[in-house]
Amino acid sequence: MTTAVTAGADASASAPVPALAGTARRSASWAWLGLTPFAAYVLLFLALPTVLAIGSGFFTKTGAFTWSNLSALTDPVVLETFANSAWVSLLTAVAGAVAGALVCYAMLGLNPEGAIRQSVDAASGVLAQFGGVMLAFAFISTIGIQGVITVLLKDAFGINIFAEGNWIYEVPGLLLPYIYFQVPLMVITFMPALAALKPQWAEANATLGGTRRSFWMQIGFPVLAPSFLASLLLLFANAFSSYATAAALISQGSQIVPLQIRAALTSETVLGRENLAGALALGMIIVVGIVMAVYSLIQRRAARWQA
Amino acid sequence: MNALAPSRLTRWIVGILVGAFFAIPLISTFLYTLRDDKKGGYSLVHWAALFDPASASMIKPIWTGLGNSLVLSVVTVVIVLVLLAPTMILVHLRFPKLRQYFEFLALLPISIPAIVLVVGLSPIYLQIARMMGTGTWTLAFAYGITVLPFAYRAIQASIDAADLRTLAEAARTLGANWFSVVVKVLAPNIRQGLLAASLISVAVVLGEFTIASLLNRQVFQTAMVVVRNQDPYLPAIFTLLALLLVFVLLLIIGRAARGTRKARS
Amino acid sequence: MTTPLPATQDNALLADAGEGTAVQLQAIVKSYGGSTVLHGIDLDIAPGEFVSLLGPSGCGKTTLLRVLAGLEGSDAGVVLLGGHDVSRVPTNKRDIGMVFQSYSLFPHLRVTENTAFGLRRRGVGRADAAKRALDALALVGLEEHAGKFPHQLSGGQQQRVALARALVTEPKVLLLDEPLSALDAKVRVQLRDEIRRIQLRLGITTVFVTHDQEEALAVSDRIAVMNEGRIEQIGTPEELYGTPATASVAAFVGLSSIVAGTADGAEVEVWGRRLPLQTPSSGPVDVYLRPENVAFAEGADADARGTVEQSTFLGSIRRTVVRTDAGEHVTVQHSPRIRPEFGDAVGIRLLPEPVAARPHD
Repeated sequence: MTTAVTAGADASASAPVPALAGTARRSASWAWLGLTPFAAYVLLFLALPTVLAIGSGFFTKTGAFTWSNLSALTDPVVLETFANSAWVSLLTAVAGAVAGALVCYAMLGLNPEGAIRQSVDAASGVLAQFGGVMLAFAFISTIGIQGVITVLLKDAFGINIFAEGNWIYEVPGLLLPYIYFQVPLMVITFMPALAALKPQWAEANATLGGTRRSFWMQIGFPVLAPSFLASLLLLFANAFSSYATAAALISQGSQIVPLQIRAALTSETVLGRENLAGALALGMIIVVGIVMAVYSLIQRRAARWQA
Repeated sequence: MNALAPSRLTRWIVGILVGAFFAIPLISTFLYTLRDDKKGGYSLVHWAALFDPASASMIKPIWTGLGNSLVLSVVTVVIVLVLLAPTMILVHLRFPKLRQYFEFLALLPISIPAIVLVVGLSPIYLQIARMMGTGTWTLAFAYGITVLPFAYRAIQASIDAADLRTLAEAARTLGANWFSVVVKVLAPNIRQGLLAASLISVAVVLGEFTIASLLNRQVFQTAMVVVRNQDPYLPAIFTLLALLLVFVLLLIIGRAARGTRKARS
Repeated sequence: MTTPLPATQDNALLADAGEGTAVQLQAIVKSYGGSTVLHGIDLDIAPGEFVSLLGPSGCGKTTLLRVLAGLEGSDAGVVLLGGHDVSRVPTNKRDIGMVFQSYSLFPHLRVTENTAFGLRRRGVGRADAAKRALDALALVGLEEHAGKFPHQLSGGQQQRVALARALVTEPKVLLLDEPLSALDAKVRVQLRDEIRRIQLRLGITTVFVTHDQEEALAVSDRIAVMNEGRIEQIGTPEELYGTPATASVAAFVGLSSIVAGTADGAEVEVWGRRLPLQTPSSGPVDVYLRPENVAFAEGADADARGTVEQSTFLGSIRRTVVRTDAGEHVTVQHSPRIRPEFGDAVGIRLLPEPVAARPHD
């Protein structure tokens, strides 16, 4: 009886023990079989589309291999969209990171089960995942041409925020909505790091002669820096990948990369090239991929100090 | 007390400033929906239009889209509960070394944004249309991938907190078959993670636009964009309702978490 | 196993060792929410003395230490360091050294930088601070690990670094808040002896909080046993063990068996034998018997008879729990050569040593 049990346990970790064929081998293969449905699913709906997306950038409509789509990435128009995406993402990431960090700091020391933390956590969850389209509508209602705040400013203070042009429907109009979902994402991502700051460090700092200010300069900020940077990268990737808000606000035009992909998918040719979407997809994956790779590297190191 | 905590004043200042930034768009949206163009001033005329049979045909796309989105939510939750969760349990029990690869996998959908994925999903969905028809519900297959990072994190947190290995071994020595073990012993102990994963999936699916729009399917979000051109007030109303719904959903998750934590301690 | 201390002339810290500072706590009162945690504590610590605050969880010992450190304020009372009233002085100006239970090393700094931290805060130059930090690390036997990060060290090593860090600034008083509680048993014994040795060489006044009575007995000059916010007894380890002032001190310090007896003034009768009482009492009492004062006996020599319930081998001694015919459980400490078995019928007698007793309620 005992041998059967131990053989079974061994079998699941390594090769089946020959002495006990039957049950042991069956148990191991059942386990591997159990992974196949999910593996097939991920293969079919994640790996395959990614390969198709990137791959299509290397072929013409007729199926011939070509570099011409990729060289479109060096086109000044395309480079400009990447630059636009980059500065919008960077700006909103920094603004979101700083504001989010302040919110986390303001919540430091509050009871995690208490009303404030719970509602802020729930609110952050909602707003971080809030559909980009609905966010766009909310902002149109607020500072759109007929928005409540726009009208208020015009009627009550005589300020016309659209005197220079209807910027809400262009790239600058993305900034405020993006910050709206960047801040909650920062709160969700950064709060664990801030909460991991040990009060013992502050007390040790005091017994060693340090002040509140010296604590933050010598201990607090240095320890938090990796997590802050990691969260900043996550926010950047988040904004760079974002499509829905831009699509809802900017109905015509392709000033940022996701909109450029939209144009490439909905019209037959853009810039006279076919399958540009694939090339753009590749470009996007490279940017976001690098950012996320650096993110996980830093995050793993930061987690060591949070243990 | 906590030597790190900020002063009350700091908490209030940050709270008010940030709170204002986040409240203003929501309040403005609400005020916007109350605007009465015909009579001037404010009234509930747009809210009333929800029930008015006269504007029913105009709102119809939104109801259709919402219905589709709800169906999609259900199918996505099924994928999460029936495909993702058991696989995670299997990895935890039998293949602990695969865990880091699984975590990497869960991070991938963030690195491969929906807008990129949809470029490759296009041809795949052509095939699916041929085999299963053009029903909107098939989008759930793609959505299962979209919600993967969130659902994974929620379920993994529960798995880590519960000692599944010991529970499974105990159940097996008591004679249970694997199906019973998973359904009757393991699942109840990660119930909180499963619930959180399900509710987050619902929230994400209701808010999804990118894939549905570029694959030409009618869902809640795409419907709102379509209706916006005819009546800009309706999307604003539905935005507020959806926001409220998701907020309540997440509060429920938080409450459930508190409940199980109290029970544990 | 333990590393010897470096030679005095090679080590700046040892060379600087001098007179300690006197510490006084007067009438310290502290409340949290509605409940009072410290009920007017008075404590006088001589220069260079090692005093332990001993008691169960919640007795207020850590709170008292933190009031001494300035990490908490007291509602009433005065803290004096070297005769100066420091009650209003913030922690970072009190010139104290403190070792916490765990997690106090700064994770992003190497061992040397951690150790030198206090010196740098006082304006000491980087090179000078590093040299003195190395001297402090030599004191705790960790010079080879100077370049490592805290997460690369074991729990015991981390606490040694914490100790070095606290001592390098040559503070007036060293405060230790259950520094060994989070460590393995063997490391605990080793480290407590080292702490005591270093403390004796440096002559620094030390206050040590612990809930482990064996620890307190092993290292202290004096022990203050606390319970529910009050000091029940202060005395040397021998005084506390041999003449506990109250029943709770007797119960907390050392091992005791509780049996029923009848007291009349200076003596108490247990099982027909009269024993001297440490504090006079009368009427029915609970008597505290030390295991080493109970022995096996035969025939007429036995004061009581019973059966063996449990016998534990502890290396140099054996402890056997006997259930008397009257139903009381008594622990007997004896030579390991006697090997009682479960169920054996035995007789036990009491040695004529003074005992502590508490009126039976």
